[in-house]
Amino acid sequence: QYVTWAKLPAIQDLYNRGSEEGPLNCQRLQSPKSDFSLTASTPKTAEQLIKCEVDMSSPLMYGTPSSRVEGTPRSGVRGTPARQRPDLGSIRKAPQVDLHSEPPSADGAVASEQAVGQKLVIWGTDVNVGTCKEKFQRFLQRFIDPTSNEDENAGLDLNEPLYMQKLEEISVVGEPVLNVNCGHVQSFDADLYRQLISYPQEVIPTFDMAVNELFFERFPDSILEHQIQVRPYNALKTRNMRSLNPEDIDQMITISGMVIRTSQLIPEMQEAFFQCQVCAFSTRVEVDRGRIAEPAVCRNCNTTHSLALIHNRSVFSDKQMIKVQESPDDMPAGQTPHTTIVYAHNDLVDKVQPGDRINITGIYRAVPMRENPRQSNVKSVYKTHIDVIHFRKTDEKRLHGLDEDSDQKLFTEERVQTLKELASKPDVYDRLSSALAPSIYEHEDIKKGILLQLFGGTRKDFSQTGRGNFRAEVNILLCGDPGTSKSQLLQYVFNLVPRGQYTSGKGSSAVGLTAYVMKDPETKQLVLQTGALVLSDNGICCIDEFDKMSDSTRSVLHEVMEQQTLSIAKAGIICQLNARTSVLAAANPVESQWNPKKTTIENIQLPHTLLSRFDLIFLMLDPQDEAYDRRLAHHLVALYYQSEEQIEEEFLDMAVLKDYIAYARTYINPRLNEEASQALIEAYVDMRKIGSGRGMVSAYPRQLESLIRLAEAHAKVRFSDKVETIDVEEAKRLHREALKQSATDPRTGFVDISILTTGMSATARKRKEEVVQALKKMIQSKGKTPAMKYQQLFDDLRGQSEAAITKDMFEEALRALADEDYLTVTGKTVRLL
Amino acid sequence: MRMWFVCRFCCPAAQSNSNPEWEAKVLEYFKGQLKEKESHSWVPSLNDVPLHYLKPNSLVKFRCLVQDMFDPEFYMGVYETVDPSTKANVLRCGKYKDVTECGVDLNSRNTVTAERQTFYCVPIPGESPWAKEISFLSAARVVPSTSYVPSRQKRIAAGCDTTHGNGDSKRQETEAPSSQTTAPSDTSSHLDLNFPLPGERGPACLVKVYEGLDSFKLNDTLEIYGILSVNPVLTVLGEEKDPSLLLLDPTESMETPEEQRAHDPPASLVPRLHMLYARPLQHNNPLLPSDPTEDQSAFVSSFLVEMASVRAELLAYLTHVLLGDGLAAEYLLLHLISNVYTRRDVLPLGKFTLNLSGCPLNSYTERLYQIIQQLVPCSYRLSMSLHTMNSMRLVPKKDYVANRLVSGALQLARNTSLFLDETQLEQGQLDSSGVRNITALGNLISWQKVDYDFSYHQMEFPCNINVLVTSEGRSLLPSDCQVPLQPQVTPPNMEEYLTTIHMAQFTSQINKFRVYLSLARTLDYSISDEVTKAVEDDFVDMRKDDPQSVTAEDLHRMLVVARLLSLSLGQTTLSRDGWMRAKHIDMLRRSRTEQQKSLNGNEP
Repeated sequence: QYVTWAKLPAIQDLYNRGSEEGPLNCQRLQSPKSDFSLTASTPKTAEQLIKCEVDMSSPLMYGTPSSRVEGTPRSGVRGTPARQRPDLGSIRKAPQVDLHSEPPSADGAVASEQAVGQKLVIWGTDVNVGTCKEKFQRFLQRFIDPTSNEDENAGLDLNEPLYMQKLEEISVVGEPVLNVNCGHVQSFDADLYRQLISYPQEVIPTFDMAVNELFFERFPDSILEHQIQVRPYNALKTRNMRSLNPEDIDQMITISGMVIRTSQLIPEMQEAFFQCQVCAFSTRVEVDRGRIAEPAVCRNCNTTHSLALIHNRSVFSDKQMIKVQESPDDMPAGQTPHTTIVYAHNDLVDKVQPGDRINITGIYRAVPMRENPRQSNVKSVYKTHIDVIHFRKTDEKRLHGLDEDSDQKLFTEERVQTLKELASKPDVYDRLSSALAPSIYEHEDIKKGILLQLFGGTRKDFSQTGRGNFRAEVNILLCGDPGTSKSQLLQYVFNLVPRGQYTSGKGSSAVGLTAYVMKDPETKQLVLQTGALVLSDNGICCIDEFDKMSDSTRSVLHEVMEQQTLSIAKAGIICQLNARTSVLAAANPVESQWNPKKTTIENIQLPHTLLSRFDLIFLMLDPQDEAYDRRLAHHLVALYYQSEEQIEEEFLDMAVLKDYIAYARTYINPRLNEEASQALIEAYVDMRKIGSGRGMVSAYPRQLESLIRLAEAHAKVRFSDKVETIDVEEAKRLHREALKQSATDPRTGFVDISILTTGMSATARKRKEEVVQALKKMIQSKGKTPAMKYQQLFDDLRGQSEAAITKDMFEEALRALADEDYLTVTGKTVRLL
Repeated sequence: MRMWFVCRFCCPAAQSNSNPEWEAKVLEYFKGQLKEKESHSWVPSLNDVPLHYLKPNSLVKFRCLVQDMFDPEFYMGVYETVDPSTKANVLRCGKYKDVTECGVDLNSRNTVTAERQTFYCVPIPGESPWAKEISFLSAARVVPSTSYVPSRQKRIAAGCDTTHGNGDSKRQETEAPSSQTTAPSDTSSHLDLNFPLPGERGPACLVKVYEGLDSFKLNDTLEIYGILSVNPVLTVLGEEKDPSLLLLDPTESMETPEEQRAHDPPASLVPRLHMLYARPLQHNNPLLPSDPTEDQSAFVSSFLVEMASVRAELLAYLTHVLLGDGLAAEYLLLHLISNVYTRRDVLPLGKFTLNLSGCPLNSYTERLYQIIQQLVPCSYRLSMSLHTMNSMRLVPKKDYVANRLVSGALQLARNTSLFLDETQLEQGQLDSSGVRNITALGNLISWQKVDYDFSYHQMEFPCNINVLVTSEGRSLLPSDCQVPLQPQVTPPNMEEYLTTIHMAQFTSQINKFRVYLSLARTLDYSISDEVTKAVEDDFVDMRKDDPQSVTAEDLHRMLVVARLLSLSLGQTTLSRDGWMRAKHIDMLRRSRTEQQKSLNGNEP
């Protein structure tokens, strides 16, 4: 229990102090051959204390003597201390092989099989040390992966042997760790891979040996802290924590998950140092399966029970317990996530923090519950954990920003084929948009907009020219009458995307959206807790009731929505977090109901700075049209009695949609072609023109950027690598549609929803035209009067007309005439031109 | 007796050899036996019989809710023991057992490791006393011992005695939900049994599941048949371990004391149950046949005849209860049989949250709840006072220290009636947890889901809970339908009035109501094309007259009302009449709310 340990700081102190007298502790020679003597370096840190340890269970110790002599050719290997690898199971000495108790069998095998040559294997496995080493050296020297796109390999020549370049890197950097992708091993030598997966405890030390030989042969003069350790990763055996089963025990596995808890550092005793109280004779005892056999008798003076444990001369290694929970995406619905205990050793300690999403490669262990000496029967349950060999943060890539985070999603060949087939259909765009939230009726354009948001633009990097990253995410604001299923759309999107967050403007504060600093009650350490915006990095943050949000809360969105970062300066923590999130917000108009007498801007009533950061602002208005009502009614009734099978079908669609989006986001990076650029320029100029009208959302360079983004997203929908004119056309159309610009009177800036529904608008236009004509006629009949009183003209028109004429209609007619440059209205007077 | 069979069965089978076929045969045998009629009655139930009256290693059943799912564990499916005197090796079976026999040879090559999972199960939260009583009465005859007096207090007391000397329990006590305001004083257990609702009693159980792990979900209600294990060895807690030994031993340091307490509580308090067979429960109404077999359909068809008359009686009864308001009674009845029957992407269909506004103050709502509790098998009244909203935990939260899901009041079984009493709410400040609780209630009503808090992320669990909100004015929570109560009578003594109404009903009558309510929600329902057309036309017409007041929301609601109205009459298709009736009562209700609005509008 590490809690107990924390209460004993004194011991820790001793342990630290022990480091100063380090060399004393390391005098013991590990084997008669003194291959691993310690003359070359002077240990300075506590960590180094354990260098002199050699894992007794490793094949290094019981391979044929000849192979070991060969294996240490020149001064290099000998000059560099080996370092113990507790990750490979020093806690539990190899269960099969016990060097001391079964020497006859092992030696016998050596003796008899040396003659046969290659047949010698490690007990309990089919691994032959010599062959294995040779194979691995061949792999290192020859493996080439020209198609590699891992970020680790950035800057390496892909046509040269990959791992030889890495060795060169080690010699330059001096970090003695070689990460090996198991996928590479598999493609190079499937049998070697199988052995690695099945017997990692035996094979990895062999790999270590092979690498060190090779390395010191190449770079005989380089000085490393300790010998190179091989850390394989990406074992394809298991990807999901849920699929671990008893067959995986003692095998190498890779699982993904999220760190939920890390313990404090646990100093684990590797070797106990005993000193006789009588004659000061000292002896060392190795920890065997977590136990120390205390010597009862001093070998020197034969006094019984005179030996005392000297803590600061015992050898410890670092260890940390980490709890990992399976990531929410891997879980079947309705079940709780599983957790697994992971032990990190030595330099892997403190490599991960709670909240990190990681891939762990390690050896799966099962340990029987300890027998209580006072009890005869025990629980029949094993404790399981993983000894980590390699951590890989899945979100680490975000730091480099090399490519879109794909969550390591793998697509099968057939899946890719179906997706491509779907993409080649001409109506793929409509198909996908109708598969989006099928329970929500119509609002086709809004669905299309959201679809483009899901795909996102292409990420561009202009940091060389000082502009920084271009935003690739599309932000959308939905604004409209209550009860137009805005929340439902938000809920749907939130459920569709893997990294979505849903908040309500009313319930969230600036702190809840961004991040806050918390003091850990136990450690008194300041911890940064991330909020919704940071959590939805690379996802979509859905904000409902955007209008109810306080101004101060909304202001934090400014930075997120353009720079895609979040700066925090709080309680001594100053940092900038990535928040590359798309924002999907829903707001009610100011008066909760859309006021048709007001302009769009007046109705939305949000700061202009914020509005311009939305790529698309959709107005969701109730069209109030009979045909629409009928379709709506049909849709809703169908919703209530549709059969199970149809529902099933729909679910299939959602899965396809998810994969389609994930695939496009990962693999498609469209670029503008010449025609499209021209089209964009024209579109922007047009937008500037319209925008100068009254009460409109005017266009800024930002709008040009959003047009580009939308066009790129549309190209992604088509799985096309080029942005073409049709993409630009659609982007333009959506942008216009969004604000119902087609329905906006450019003079008044009012949204006239009736214009959208054809039947109504025709009559309205006719009626308007009639009034205009009547007014014109009346003015003409008055003869040459250059100016008229406004009120009088209105009264005259009313008196003359059969139908009732409202003031609005009159004003509209006046405006229409003014458009024709027939008259002008100034205050209360109307002048003819 | 058959119970004995189990005890004998497990050992000899294991000793003979590890033939994998026997495992399948065991399950087959038990399933076959339990299918027989009356078979359910001879298996004693953990719900009804106190633990200390049950034989260890015997077959028992348990009606429960899956509250938490622990990590899978590996156990020795087959292991070898060495007899210290004879040095003979014996193969033994570890399945359906917690503890091995003496002298296990850990290095034996014959050891077979197998996998199982542990579920933490609690009795169905909010189960009405009548449901418990009926199931208890039907089960009582199987208890062989005549000396047993049904006293629930006794059971709890017995449980407490065994939790002796738990050194670290102080910390646990402070963690126990402080909201257990209604908890009786005699249940001050040292151990937090993690019941979703405060004041609940009954045994919690650690169920070891061997087969079909994927078929179970959190919050499923199950009837589990399994082998009871109460080995005292399981009770060993960390206190007697030598701390210096722990330092060196990595395997012991994996668990925190909190985790150990949550995962290995004393077996005398939380018995282990090794599952042989589990039956998912569609409902927990003991008056209805529980199996969806032919005798149920026979039962249904026989009851359908009576349906209309029972409905009329129930309506009359509810009208009395609601102070003579017939319309409100009608809506309450529809609410009580509502049920989320399917989901379309995020939209739950069939939910019908009722907001009964204008409720008289002074304990009327409490009495109303008691009457509803008498009718439905599962219910809970959440008094929404400022204090409870701020202090109570509604949403379950993962406790990573103890590695368990700490339950909350919204972790309820399907079709539970949740009675939100908003009349208890007064003006004041909601703190952040209060806001979270209100949001959770809003989500529950709108989407029929609860977002469980896993601290690094939230996880959505769909639910199916009937929410009834009683309030003075319009509720601050969303609702599908608001009915202002218009009392026709004003009894001088409310308590007396309601008690007399309740007393006037015979138990047989009440039982009929109970069957009616549970049955009506299980019926199938469809709409013919012809009626679909009529409904569409109607909607278009209504919109034509007044597009502002009739929206898609209204159509949604009316379709649900029409569905529930038809089902309440035992009709499984929507008729034109049914639709017109639904429209009619909705009109009545709307005019009433509008009246209310204008009334309020006139006030200064």
